Amino acid sequence: MSKPTPNTRKPVASGQIFRQIIRRDLRVAMRQRSDLLNPLIFLLIVITLFPLGVGPGPDILGRIAAGVIWVSALLSAMLGLERIFRDDFRDGALEQLMLLPVAVEFSVLAKIIVHWLLTAVPVLVITPLLALLLNLPIQAWGVLWLTLLIGTPILSAAGAIGVALTVSLNKGGALLSLLLLPLLVPLLIFATAAVEATLAGVSPAGPLALIGAFSVLSVTLAPFAVKAGLRVSVN
Amino acid sequence: MWQWLHPYAKPEATFHLVQKLLPWFLIPGLILSAVALVWGLAIAPQDYQQGESYRIIFVHVPAAMWSMGFYVAMAIAGLLALVWQIRTAELALLAIAPVGAVLTFISLFTGALWGQPMWGTWWVWDARLTAQLILLFLYLGVMALYIAFEDERAGAKAASILALVGVINIPIIHYSVYWWNTLHQQSTVTRAITRLEAPSIAPEMLYPLLVSIVAMMLVSAVLVMKRLNNEILRREIHRPWALTYLGIPVVQRNEE
Repeated sequence: MSKPTPNTRKPVASGQIFRQIIRRDLRVAMRQRSDLLNPLIFLLIVITLFPLGVGPGPDILGRIAAGVIWVSALLSAMLGLERIFRDDFRDGALEQLMLLPVAVEFSVLAKIIVHWLLTAVPVLVITPLLALLLNLPIQAWGVLWLTLLIGTPILSAAGAIGVALTVSLNKGGALLSLLLLPLLVPLLIFATAAVEATLAGVSPAGPLALIGAFSVLSVTLAPFAVKAGLRVSVN
Repeated sequence: MWQWLHPYAKPEATFHLVQKLLPWFLIPGLILSAVALVWGLAIAPQDYQQGESYRIIFVHVPAAMWSMGFYVAMAIAGLLALVWQIRTAELALLAIAPVGAVLTFISLFTGALWGQPMWGTWWVWDARLTAQLILLFLYLGVMALYIAFEDERAGAKAASILALVGVINIPIIHYSVYWWNTLHQQSTVTRAITRLEAPSIAPEMLYPLLVSIVAMMLVSAVLVMKRLNNEILRREIHRPWALTYLGIPVVQRNEE
């Protein structure tokens, strides 16, 4: 994994390229805003379907709210994941990215960060609205928001691995969910456990710490797997 | 490690090694399976609590054990394939995946059959059951990813990466599911059943169980070896050594 990068002559370049990738990706995303908005609307619609499906009783909704919000967030994340690498793969920018004289892991990390900024931050913004719609007791709002804040980097990091593996396939979409959702089970469990603990009057510190550990682990290790996956996809 | 592995990067060498090892797995596997089944199903005493229906343990526990063992084996093959670029390791990964998936399915299926008379339900969201179900999904993911690629080598590489990511994640999934389950109230039947699987099992039941565990490993390994050799032959069918092995005169090669 630790190949010596040929950039030893100009050590400044890495940070500069890192920032440039972030700036470029943000700009590209801002020019196709519907891509960003659609998963968010999907999330809202799924949340709307639950009261219609299980009944509008505030007690039931309050009890399942955290789980419903997290499951919907996972599903809507699956919807928007492909754009981490898809467009760059199609127009050849991804190949150029891998030819840059910096470690590919570094560029991948930049892309993961951009993806998190574009998909997770909007979800964080509308979370109070979702909690309100599902009648989540107000003392758990903060913890739910925290689980989303530290848990969503896992979605972007693990998602980048899945997309790197499937980006060259035409039918990658459904396959992507099949690969990723089993790996994300711990995240769902810890996140809902944290909210449940708060509702039961217990400290949610334990599950939150575990999500944090899982988050750090996936963000640091994922770029290596993503690089290996891109090597397979970009021939 | 490299010194030892190097010759087997050549499919031909692996093929002949597997061919040589095959009877050493097949014959003990068949004998031990017969012993385990007769001993476990006919000779071992009834369980004082569960009667005859506990006897499915002699299929259920070995399948569950090796479903996890074979996943680790698959991930090791994936590591060899990725790090040392050994092509036969890719083939080994592909040979193991369906066998492991079937073992996982057998453990879930026999578990459901066992659960029905014991717990009165086919399925509970018990930690073990849930973890096993997720393991099945991981196997299916590896297989689906391989199939999705047109290029077989790229598919095998992608599947190797996924298998490795999965094996890092398995302990996390395992403990998270256990921990999740302890939050909910654990059913008393579940505790009764796990006590049976703990070392407190009676020796008359333990010995046939151990035999059946070894037998299941041998038989599954035979399936993997057969699959591996078939796959090697299929890929190498144009090579002279494969043709001579199959008894086809090498001259006919041009017809293909």
